[in-house]
Formats: sequence, structure tokens, C-alpha cells
Amino acid sequence: MRLNVNGQTHEVDVQEDMPLLWVLRDELNYTGPKFGCGIAMCGACTVHIDGVATRSCTLQVGDVDGEVTTIEGLGTPDVQHIVQQAWVEHQVAQCGYCQPGQIMQASSLLDANPEPTDDDIDVAMSGNLCRCATYPRIRAAIHTAAAKMKEA
Amino acid sequence: MGRIAKIARRTFLLGSVAVIGGVAFGYWKYKQPYGNPLDDRLTDGEASLTPYVKVASDGITIITPRAEMGQGVHTTLAAMVAEELDVELNAVKIEHGPASYAYYNEAVLEEAVPFLPTDHGMVAETMRGFTKVPAKFLALQITGGSSTTPDGFVKMRKAGAAARTVLVQAAAQKLGVSESNLKTENGHVIAPDGTKVAYTELATLAASIEPPADPDLQPQSEWRLLGKSQPRVDMVSKVTGTAPFGVDTQLDDMLYATVRVNPYLGAGVRSYDASETLGMRGVKKVVEVTNGLAVIATNTWYAMEGAKALEVEWKPAPYPLTTDEHFAQVAASFTDERQDSQNRNEGDVEPLLAGGNVTEIEYRAPYLAHATMEPMNATAWLRDGKLDIWAGNQNPTLARQFASNVTGIPAEEIEIHTPYLGGGFGRRGEMDYVQLAVEVAKGMEGTPVKTTWSREEDQCHGFYRPISIGRIKAVMEDGAPKAIDIQLAAPGAIIDAFSRQGLPAAGPDGSIPMAAWDQPYTFPNYRVTAYKVPTMLPVTFWRSVGGSQNAFFQESALDELAHAAGVDPIEMRLKSLTHGPSRKVIEAVVEMSNWGSAMPVGHGRGMAFCLAFGVPTAEVIEVANTEDGIKVTKAFAAVDVGVALDPGNIEAQVMGGLNYGLSAAILSQITLDNGEVEQTNFHNYDAMRMYQAPSIEVKILENAEKIRGIGEPGTPPAAPALANAIFAATGTRLREMPFSNFVDFA
Ligand code: FES
Ligand code: FES
Repeated sequence: MRLNVNGQTHEVDVQEDMPLLWVLRDELNYTGPKFGCGIAMCGACTVHIDGVATRSCTLQVGDVDGEVTTIEGLGTPDVQHIVQQAWVEHQVAQCGYCQPGQIMQASSLLDANPEPTDDDIDVAMSGNLCRCATYPRIRAAIHTAAAKMKEA
Repeated sequence: MGRIAKIARRTFLLGSVAVIGGVAFGYWKYKQPYGNPLDDRLTDGEASLTPYVKVASDGITIITPRAEMGQGVHTTLAAMVAEELDVELNAVKIEHGPASYAYYNEAVLEEAVPFLPTDHGMVAETMRGFTKVPAKFLALQITGGSSTTPDGFVKMRKAGAAARTVLVQAAAQKLGVSESNLKTENGHVIAPDGTKVAYTELATLAASIEPPADPDLQPQSEWRLLGKSQPRVDMVSKVTGTAPFGVDTQLDDMLYATVRVNPYLGAGVRSYDASETLGMRGVKKVVEVTNGLAVIATNTWYAMEGAKALEVEWKPAPYPLTTDEHFAQVAASFTDERQDSQNRNEGDVEPLLAGGNVTEIEYRAPYLAHATMEPMNATAWLRDGKLDIWAGNQNPTLARQFASNVTGIPAEEIEIHTPYLGGGFGRRGEMDYVQLAVEVAKGMEGTPVKTTWSREEDQCHGFYRPISIGRIKAVMEDGAPKAIDIQLAAPGAIIDAFSRQGLPAAGPDGSIPMAAWDQPYTFPNYRVTAYKVPTMLPVTFWRSVGGSQNAFFQESALDELAHAAGVDPIEMRLKSLTHGPSRKVIEAVVEMSNWGSAMPVGHGRGMAFCLAFGVPTAEVIEVANTEDGIKVTKAFAAVDVGVALDPGNIEAQVMGGLNYGLSAAILSQITLDNGEVEQTNFHNYDAMRMYQAPSIEVKILENAEKIRGIGEPGTPPAAPALANAIFAATGTRLREMPFSNFVDFA
């Protein structure tokens, strides 16, 4: 099976119904997407498929048709995505475990809706749990990223 | 007081040891010092120092031997050293360091003494000093109890100051100028002629210089880093997916495992059939572990699928099978035999309670799971009599002990690596997940194995926040409580946890009356009695421990009494509160929330106060009763931490702690169906989400007597402030958590 992740093509040999998350983490060593629940209830595993936020824990690898982007492909410590920069500016992360998923969800939201209202943020982000409850800063960081993207 | 006072007053002793290419600085222990955990990694023959800073030719490393589980301690601890060492935070490397008794936490037991936290008299302080001795002998390298900041505040800064002094002396020798003419700046010593020598160049020379025993510290007015918000040292890695959590451990030729443990907690396996599992793709082996089985495979998902396919017959539950029976046990515990402590008994409540006009109220709180975002996991590699463990954990010395019990390898020889924790909240102070991972590794000797629990296993095999009941009786006079009698019944989290951990577990359990008996109220007749319920489900510390339920009981009751008497609940509290810092946090939220100003119909405000972990905290919650149900619209919090080292981080912790409390109050409970935990995953153990999170304003005050940690104090007042707000908005009084069992939330 062939999989395109962060612009690289990988050949994987796994059962077709293996969730994409476990292919990424245990077969290909992309550990940015996290395991939280396995049932699409927490968002920790969120990646992009052709730019759209998707829960990789319930997407079978055999059903992936499109390019996969993980948090590692969105930006790097040296070249951060605007959303990641906004997260640093607002010092959002506490334990940080949910944040790759939050950021992938937020960047997908901003792609579709460059100026989200608070209600838009509520709708788009409520599938992503944060047990450290960093929500106020996530909201602020999304607004900052939106403003920066507008300038850019 | 003799010996106790001597220990309490003991001055600091700083030391240094030569390390490869440089020198390490730290803090000597009084009396029999523990071995320096870096010794065998560095040089032979050096002893007995707790190193917090290493200066070597290739760079400066600050060791922050507490778990980073979101509370920002790596940044704050490093800033303490960096402040005195005169380096910038982004110019140093930060490491958790190995497990070592030398890194024991001396502050964690400080509040376990029977003195009010507002009592700073000689006897109380001496007794607190004395707790440092047992803490040392218990050697708890523990992260918890909001103790990291007070524990590190002096010793980390002293280590930095000693290192700086020695580096300046080394520069003086090297340059042939007098020390007094040298300055330091950003990791360099600077001579009068402008010559700059990097600390790293002085490292070897510095190793031969004796550090000062008790170096002076910078006055607070001179602080560059402390007192100001710092960018967290872990932030960039956490937003780029590059921060290593325990679950991200990757080793060559590693295998992946998961566990399936008896859903009846604490009971074992009667029989099992693994034949289907063993025929499944990717599965390598099934091994027996404590109370269950583990499946080892080439991928975590293969292991989880294999675990589902195991046919197991479980032994029966060793506790009552329904939640009702558990509550019945709690309700039956208000007896003389089960009385555990009565730390407060002022005036005489009895005659007043025997008179007329007694208000009696009962409150309840359920079991709760911690539900850390990162499910329990650990990686273990056992080979040739050696054992390495990678586990996000709140107590590495304990992890080592558990691993030693499984393998027979001496604890000191076991290497514990502590990556970031995807949440702790008390759960990762329990070592069951480390033990299981080591049992798995023992079944696969030679190969590193990462054991990751499914969310279902994690939820259903917790050590829960105790179930509890609070009964409060009161008599009012002139709009203020004349007598308050608080009776609290719960299983004992401390004794239960300590007995699992091989620690002394005798005497009353301080978790049961915590954040109730020790409140600064001055009601003339005031009694707090704790009753210990026999342990049923295993219980442990859960963010803010006893405060998570007791503040709900007491602060709801005070609100009820005020409303019944027709007085303002805040004015009523202030009448019975003389402790200055406590009054000031309440006054602060009054101002922030514009308390008393008119609100639209269907809206309401509630306030609650709690002094927990030494931090007076007041919170006001605002709610609106909408068509879809109650919506939490706004929250205000004021805290007093004594000295605020990193205001931005303190704000984050208060917001997180407050929301953690709200989340539990609104949504969370662990219940049993025929002995099995019913809340198996986030679909039925939901937590606060973005649309439910209020905006929060935080004010940080510094009037309190001592520096305090802030990981937990934000949690206790959240539930009662919300219950009080809901009453103000709707007239409905909620006396049992979670509130969503009784009212709808938007
Ligand atoms: S792990 Fe995929 S949504 Fe929770
Ligand atoms: S930052 Fe800890 S779960 Fe979100």
C-alpha cells in the first residue's frame, strides 16, 4: 500500500483496516499525531487529508485517498506555520498532548474560514478535547492567526 | 524543640563535583546525604550532592527533577537557577534528570501537619520543618501537592548562585584580576577592560574551587527573569509535534503491547484462551500480567485487536457492585468507630445544635477518573540484567521500586527516563502502568516493548477521586453562622495510595477533611470531623485532592445559609474572615466581577472561596439560563501565591484548574454497573469542550506569607461557585455532582 505523508511517499504493508493513526505512529514513526480515544471523540489524532482535518484513529488506511499532512508537515521548530506561531505567542500549551490535534484542526478551520467568529470556533474546535482546558488561549491564538493571515 | 529546631534552621550547604569537561553544582543534604545520581555517569568517588546545574565546555544544563505535566515547572525551575547564574533561559539545556532519592521533595508533606495553613507561629513552623525529615526518609521524588515551586524556590536559586560565584572566582584566577572587579552577563564573566569569558570556558577550572556554603541571593528587586512571564521552554516543541511524550518512545526493534486487565478492579484471571489472538496478524505473544493479560505485537493496533479477541473468565469484584451500594457505605460511615480525625473543634457546637433552628444539609460527590489526555503507557527494555524504563511519571523513585519488585534488579541500577507527561493530575503518581509494562518486558526479554493502554483500559482501571458525602449543620445569628458542624465521609486517598506504594500508612487520612478543617473562617463554634470509609474502588490523589469535593460542600452550604438569612453571601463570609490575604482575594473578585451589580433575568453570579495548598483563592462564576440550558458565560479568579514567579504561567494554571473543576462539576462521574466501570471513553465520560469554556479573568496577588505552587488551587472553588451561580439564576440548588444529572447545560 502506498501512502503520501508530508510530501513523501511510503510503502506500507499492513492490514487494510488498520487506522491511519497507527500506521503513522508505529509503522512510519510520525509521532506528532497522538492517540487519545480511538473513537473520534477527542481529536488528538487529527491530521489533514488534502488539507482537511480528519480523525486518523477511525480512518482505515485502505480508505485514505489523498495526501496526508501531520503536524510535522505543517511547520517545524525553525519554520513554524502561522498557526503554530500564534500558539507560541499566546503560550497555549500546557501538557501539550492535545495540541498537535488542536493546531491541525485550527489550521483547517482557517483555510476554510479565514475570519472565524467565536461561534465558528466553537463549532469547529469542540471535537478537540483539552484536559488541561487551554481553551481561552486556543481561542485567542486562532483570532491572532486569522489576523496575521489577513496581513500576509 | 532542640533537635527539630536545629534541623529546621539548618543553613544551606552548597557543593560541586567535577564532571567530564566541567563541573556540577547542587545542594548538600543535612546529615547522611544521598548519593549524587550523576556520579556514576560522570566521575568516580564524588559524593552526595543534588546537582541542579552542570557547566561543561559544551554547554550549560539545568536539571529540573520534577515532572513537566503541563504546569510549566521546567520553565520556572530553570528560571530559578538561571536568575542567579546570570544566563538566559534560551541559552541553556534543560533536563529532567535521572531518578534519585537526592531529588526528594521536601515541601510535599509540609501541609500534612495539623496546623492551620494561616498559622505561622513557632510551633507550626517548627513542625512543618520537621516534615522535611520524614519527606527525606521517604525520599519522595514526587511531583504533586502544588509543591514544586516552594520546594525549589531556595535550593534551585542557591545552586545557581553558588555556580556563579565559583565561575567568577575561576575567571579571576584565569585573568589575574580581582573578583570584585568582575561582572557577569548572559553566561559570561566580564572583566573591567571588556574581556568576556564564557562560563563554558571556565568549567574545568571551576571544578577545583570550593563553592560557598550559603551564597547570597539576588534581592527580588533585582530579578531579571523571576517575577516576569517567560516563554515556556517546552512551547515550541509542543506546538510542532516534536516534544517527546512517554507514548512517543521509539527504540530500535521495539515491539508494541497493550493490556487487558480484569474489569473488576483488583481481582485476577480465572482462566483464559488466547488461541484466536495468537493466530491474528502481527501478534507475537500473549503474556500474563497482574490481574490480566498483555498482547505483544508489531503494532499497537494489532495488539489492541488481539486483546479484544482474548477469551477471559475473570474473578469477581472484591467490592460492592453498584454505585448505590458504594454511596450507602459512605452514608453508613458517620459513626464513632469510623471517625478518623477531628482537627478542628472550636467553641462548642453541641448545645447550639441541640437547640432550635438548625439547618441540616447533605452534599455528595462521585468517584472521578483523571482522564489524562495521554492514556497510561510505559516502555521497558529488560536485557542482560539491565532495565531501562521510559514513562511519563510523577514519582521516578517509586517507579524504580515497582520495577525492582518485578525484576529483582536493585532499584538503584534501574534507569528511569521521564519524558513529558500528557497530563498527570495525580494519576501518574500511581505506578501500576509502569509495573505492567515491566511485566510485559519480562515476558519478552531482550526486546524493548512499549505498552500502551486503550482509553477503555485507562478509564476503567483508574485510581479514582474518592466518592464522598458531606453533612453540614449550622445555626445562624444576626446574619452570620454562629455554629458550623461539618462531617465528611470518604475513603482515604492518602492511606490508600501510600499503602500501595510501601510508604507508612498509619494514622488519620489528611485527605478526608482537607480544604475544610483548615479554612481561615472564624465561626465562633466550628467543628470539622472526618470519617474514613473502607476502601472499595481504589482511590488516590486527584487534582486538589480533598479540596475537589470539600470546597463544594462547605462553600455551597455557606451560600445556602446566606440566602436563607437574606444576607449577601460575600458579606457574610467577610464577617467571619480575619486572614488578610484571604479577605483580599475575595475583595478582588468582588471588584473584578462587579459583584452586586444588576444582571439580566435568568442570569446569575456565584462566589466561592477556598484556601488550598496554602493559596487563598476566590472565584466568581456567571451563568445564563438559556433555552438550551445553563451556560457558563464568564469566570473571575483571584489567587494569592505569596510570590508570583511567572505570572503568565500562573494565569494559565488558574484557568486550567478552574476549568478542570467546572468540567467535573458539570459532567463527570464514575459509576458502576454490576461491578464494572460504566464510563469507558470520552463518549460517556465527556469533559469540558471549547463551546462550554467561559472566558476567564485572573488576578494574582502577593500578600500571603509564603511562596506557593498553583497547579491545584484553582480547582476547588469552581464547583461551589457554579452551584451558587445556578441557584442565583434559577432558584435550583444543586447538592450533588455532576450537575448535569439534575439540570441541562447548553
Ligand atoms: S484518538 Fe482520534 S479522536 Fe481521539
Ligand atoms: S494541553 Fe494538555 S490536554 Fe491540551
